[in-house]
Amino acid sequence: MNYSCSRYELKCNECGKRYGNQPLSACPDCLYPLELAYDLDAARGIFTKENIAIGPANIWRYISLLPIPEGFQPDLPVGFTPLVRATNLGKRIGATNLYVKNDAVCFPTLSFKDRVVSVALANARKFGFDTVGCSSTGNLANAVAAQAARLGLKATILVPTDLEPAKILNTQVYGARLVRIDGNYDHVNRLCTQIADEYNWGFVNVNLRPYYAEGSKTVGFEIAEQLGWRLPDNVVVPMAGGSLIRKIRKAFNELIYLGLVEDKPTRFFGAQATGCSPISTAVKQGTDEVIPQRPNTIARSLAIGNPADGPAASRMIRDSGGWAEDVSDVEVVSGIQELAETEGIFTETAGGVTTAVTARLYADGRISRDQITISCITGNGLKTTDALAGHYQQERAVRPRLADFDAYIRELDGTHETELATAGAN
Amino acid sequence: MSIKVTLPAAFTRHTDGRKHFDSAAQNLPGLLVDIDQTFPALSTQIKGDDGKLRRFINIYVNDEDIRFLGGETYAFQDGDEVMLIPSIAGGRG
Repeated sequence: MNYSCSRYELKCNECGKRYGNQPLSACPDCLYPLELAYDLDAARGIFTKENIAIGPANIWRYISLLPIPEGFQPDLPVGFTPLVRATNLGKRIGATNLYVKNDAVCFPTLSFKDRVVSVALANARKFGFDTVGCSSTGNLANAVAAQAARLGLKATILVPTDLEPAKILNTQVYGARLVRIDGNYDHVNRLCTQIADEYNWGFVNVNLRPYYAEGSKTVGFEIAEQLGWRLPDNVVVPMAGGSLIRKIRKAFNELIYLGLVEDKPTRFFGAQATGCSPISTAVKQGTDEVIPQRPNTIARSLAIGNPADGPAASRMIRDSGGWAEDVSDVEVVSGIQELAETEGIFTETAGGVTTAVTARLYADGRISRDQITISCITGNGLKTTDALAGHYQQERAVRPRLADFDAYIRELDGTHETELATAGAN
Repeated sequence: MSIKVTLPAAFTRHTDGRKHFDSAAQNLPGLLVDIDQTFPALSTQIKGDDGKLRRFINIYVNDEDIRFLGGETYAFQDGDEVMLIPSIAGGRG
């Protein structure tokens, strides 16, 4: 149930004790959350631009700063998703240097959770677990189910009762055991901490959490590399538990320490839905104290009312000179539509949150138009199509005749027959 | 009046392996005093230098976060099931 490794090990950042490598998330002495500490100096000379450039086109090009046990050969091409220059969206919201980091197309299950799960399950294997699981708002469930199937691990996944049907189906199809819990995510998460005490299972976001969370760093590594090994001025990140935004920062700090990028005071901006905004509320009030909320938003993948990393995220955002915003469910839907209509990227509700918050930050002058800004899109719109229910009508079927088609288009456009005739003559 | 208190495995090294105990505490401060007397080592573990409960411990009463019920001012009811659970997070940095 434990292994030794010279590259990394668990460390308590509060009392400084080290715990080797084992399935453990909190310091037994002071209960502070554990995190992985690397021997960064040993990585110097290994984690170089040249070595990374000849690595595979996925997150494993960064393997020397990921907690992957010796002997484990990751073969899933996870991550290395496109960093897209968002010129059209930029025009709409007043930005000239805006990029979208598009994890809506992350392999294999179309969300950034594929990154964290691949790192967690490598360790689950090493620790000897034959069953893995998670508490999930959906994307994590999909990622654990798919990757567990491929690794031959059994999966038991707990989700809140009101999860979107697509996310449930996208878990069950891989053969995972899915348990719906009559409660919200915070109820599910609490139950999972109890289950992890009683069952010998590897819960990716409970007892494997320190390993799992490290996978999020790859978003930061990729952003820097895709910008030509430089850091952006601003990063806008959706917040649920508050882990991703901190790990992007950790990635940037590691790159600075190892000299792969020039030091730059990147500002971090958090995005939440107003119906579940404990972290953005704390940021706005200038405090680390995160007051739990009962979630009520269509952005269910962000609906964590008692975010475990909330206090640390709030502090980090404020220390960076950034800010956090939250937007209404109406704005979430508009955000989804705006990103799709301008950049051809269909994101889920969480991406609607991020896009709408990004627009707000420009409108409020918190981000100036020419700064290099990354908007992190973390999930795919095909999983939350119910959020768009009623926004698009199913049109009537048209007979397969040109005249009928002409008439139909005229009807849609509200144009006159003479205009079309003129256009046709040209 | 009595409440049932449940502890996570991480705390049981200070309670001779006991995961459950009953308490006559009237509220959360009362429960902490009770733990102080019954399991002094546990008390040291769950309280910071300021004598307050550490931030990384969540308290639930019958499945509800005690902060939704009024926190320290909530008056325990007979038969309440009270759980102490460390919050799981990634640390600072």
